[in-house]
Amino acid sequence: MINTTTALLAQAETLENSTASTVGPEAVAITLQINGAARPLRVEPRMTLADALRGPLGLTGTKIACNRGACSACTVWLDDSPICSCMMLAIDVGARRVTTIEGLAQGDTLHPVQQAFIEHDALQCGFCTPGMVMSCAALVEHMPEPNADDVRASIAGHVCRCGTYPHVVTATLAAAKVGRG
Amino acid sequence: MTMAKEDALRTEVFPYGIAGVGLGKVERQVSVDEPPALPPNADLNVIGKSVPRQDGRAKVTGAIRFTADISLPGMLYGRILRSPMPHAQLRSLDISAAARHPGVRAVLPIDSPDDPQSATFRYIGAPVAAVAAISMAAAEEALRLIQVDYHSLPFVVEMDRARAQAAPHVYESAEAAPGGHPSGWPAAANLPLNGNVRGPAISRRGNVTRGFAEADVILEAEYRTQVQTHCCLEPHGIVADWRADGLTVHISTQYTTGVRHELAEEFGLPLNRVRVIVDAMGGGFGSKSTLGNYGRFAVELSRRAQAPVRLVLDREEEQMDAGNRPGTWQRLRIGAKRDGALTAISLLSYGTAGVALGAGVGFNAEALYACPNFEGAQHDVFINAGPGCAMRAPGNTPGAFGLEQAMDELAERLAIDPLVLRERIDPSPVRREERRIGAERIGWQRRRAPGVDPGPVKRGLGVAQSLWMANVQINSACEVRVMRDGTVEVLSSVQDIGTGTGTVLAQTVAEVFGLRPEDMTIRIGDTEFPPGPPSYGSRATASITPPARTAAWRVLQSLLREAGLALNAAAEDLVARKGRILVRDDPSRGISFREAAARLRTDRISAVASRSDDYPGFRRRMGDAALAHQDLGGVQFAEVAVDTETGIVRVERVVAVQDCGRPINPRQIESQVHGGILMGLSYALFEERILDQHTGRMVNPDLEHYKLAGPCETPAIDVVILENYQGNSATDAYGIAEPANIPTAPAIANAVYNAIGVRLRSLPMTPAAILAALGKIPERRS
Repeated sequence: MINTTTALLAQAETLENSTASTVGPEAVAITLQINGAARPLRVEPRMTLADALRGPLGLTGTKIACNRGACSACTVWLDDSPICSCMMLAIDVGARRVTTIEGLAQGDTLHPVQQAFIEHDALQCGFCTPGMVMSCAALVEHMPEPNADDVRASIAGHVCRCGTYPHVVTATLAAAKVGRG
Repeated sequence: MTMAKEDALRTEVFPYGIAGVGLGKVERQVSVDEPPALPPNADLNVIGKSVPRQDGRAKVTGAIRFTADISLPGMLYGRILRSPMPHAQLRSLDISAAARHPGVRAVLPIDSPDDPQSATFRYIGAPVAAVAAISMAAAEEALRLIQVDYHSLPFVVEMDRARAQAAPHVYESAEAAPGGHPSGWPAAANLPLNGNVRGPAISRRGNVTRGFAEADVILEAEYRTQVQTHCCLEPHGIVADWRADGLTVHISTQYTTGVRHELAEEFGLPLNRVRVIVDAMGGGFGSKSTLGNYGRFAVELSRRAQAPVRLVLDREEEQMDAGNRPGTWQRLRIGAKRDGALTAISLLSYGTAGVALGAGVGFNAEALYACPNFEGAQHDVFINAGPGCAMRAPGNTPGAFGLEQAMDELAERLAIDPLVLRERIDPSPVRREERRIGAERIGWQRRRAPGVDPGPVKRGLGVAQSLWMANVQINSACEVRVMRDGTVEVLSSVQDIGTGTGTVLAQTVAEVFGLRPEDMTIRIGDTEFPPGPPSYGSRATASITPPARTAAWRVLQSLLREAGLALNAAAEDLVARKGRILVRDDPSRGISFREAAARLRTDRISAVASRSDDYPGFRRRMGDAALAHQDLGGVQFAEVAVDTETGIVRVERVVAVQDCGRPINPRQIESQVHGGILMGLSYALFEERILDQHTGRMVNPDLEHYKLAGPCETPAIDVVILENYQGNSATDAYGIAEPANIPTAPAIANAVYNAIGVRLRSLPMTPAAILAALGKIPERRS
């Protein structure tokens, strides 16, 4: 949560310092740093990062469920912090690194949180899962020894109608343990 | 493959009873086409084990495709224009400007002013017109170009007001209103319409007048439940692709087979020209059981535009026009002898599913407890709100909130412990075990008199029970294929709603072949494959795992014949185990599964099996659907802490003891039980569709003002799954989704009463409701 706030503050500062003139309504050319690769694309200024990922970039692993920052299904990492990609315009991303669910594994090796989600059945329908995994993976990356309350706090903004929360907590704690060796 | 004559039977001995409690045997006559009796889980290698989901990796990497993730070449984007008025007549509809928009490819007026019946909009969000355009933005722009002239009509959005004779009528005539009464099964026909009230649907046995006369104690109480919305994370969506040679739709549906039928009928197509596909679906909970109005519009748009059309609802549309759990009012009257024996139950209910029907309170009061005299009268009340539909144990979930609190109240009146009362009046031997196990786990002996906790935070314990039908879909089939390289495919149009249907199929088939579940290729969710059951009514596992096992067993017989030639042994002396085909009495003699497959005469052998009747027959059969003889049970205990200064209820612990026949994947079942409990907890404490009575508008059509329990409201949950063998089918497995949802809210309500000594008879039990019940703030006007 704190990291998200930091990211948003940094974003606000960037915007204030920018001298760019008004853009739009027609599409503008931008380049996004997605999962370690530079991805040039044209977007209308009104397009959110979530729509840019799912549409022109073809990364449909990121899900849209409420489209107003209330369910966190669209969570991706901006630099190292989880954010709701439906609440950010693609043109505001700038040079920051975006990591999506497709970019979390290292080749065929799943992130420990992904592996633990499978082992502990921390998913059912799977629609909230990409966002949930991104938040839990961010927690494990930032906090090597979380407790159950830390996990719950890190996913407090996520909605899962299947009720996977208990297994998500178990899985994330197990993944953190694996990460610590 | 040679098929036996239909009347050829053999005797099989099945495990019978609850493992760990009293596991016996039962003899059944089964067709010689059926596989041998499946031993208890303890003697199996794959079934009964918590193997990981077969699609787990695809789900945690984002690779799996939901409907909204499908993009087809030349695909258009569909949007729906919706009525801003709760009740209005369409005077005129002008689509010409929208049709001229350069990005628009089709405009579909849904209603015509010339047809007064269809040209009446009865709730905010009712579809008026639909467009297909080259982008979402163009579609949105086109909607704003459609000119509609509405003539506003009087409306009513509160059930109590709608019941009054003077209330505005939602439907102008009995013919215009939906008929029947789907709360019962089958739906009652020809029920009268009186103002906005359809019904009563009457159910009766014995003589309640005599029963109440014999009673020592009569309890009478009223209960009220709110409207809950499904809130599937994945919105309803479809990609419709109409072509000259047939229609293909990708749709987030709980029933591919059913949607194919609907499309064929709606568009006059033969079944073999309609294909319905769902790769992954993001929850349904009852709301994705049918094609839906949006689905019809998308197909028609695709037909007119001659291009694929993707139409996905947004969250506001989800909340207003994608179904909901109807709100109810129920009055229960229960007569009992001093020892608890019930003499009579009468139930009067009114519920509202908005402009639709189906707002009954189910059959708990009628069937959960032994009582010779019963009378139920259930009514539907129309209001100007979006249509309700089935939602996780429709009827019984709101009904249990009434009945199971009434039982708690009755027990107190009789000065009998609520568990002891149920011991005397509940005939189910399964729930008896469930109560015993649950009471021990929760520490029921700690339960004290209501409200005795000193201090502002008071704790309490409560219990409630579940009753649900063991549904089976006869129209269910599965194909199993073995290739010459030893690979195996399992095919059915059954869809995985998120419960793990593909995984239980893999386990079922792998057990037969002595292979690992991860070696099975599961191909489901496509009507090109044999017809599968719906994922509703807690029936998918019960319907599709028996034919999967039967088909696999039949294929195995062919394979054993080939292996027998290689091993110089009779096929009936061989077994498939751990990737090999072995001589049963001399396991040193064997060949690998793959070697046996390599000997096949053709590249692929396969068998298709359909769902047989339960071996002892069914209790009831209705077309494609049937009821097993036994019901599904379940008992849940809740421990709560109520802060009497803030009114906040915290559920600290839930113990759920559930049964679903033979559990195939215990951890997946546990996941589903978690889901049922959390949906029930959320129903008990937080969720409510709020309609503004002055405008008819839902004021919380989103996921932030519509309150849902989240991770921080999740209690410690202890799930116990019984192995309850009945010898009913090739797998003896049944469903769990709905039974796990029914008892949660009343268990919490009973615990709240035990904590504070004041009864909450209305949902949700918000802090304001708690404080009002405690007399600390004025009652909220509902």
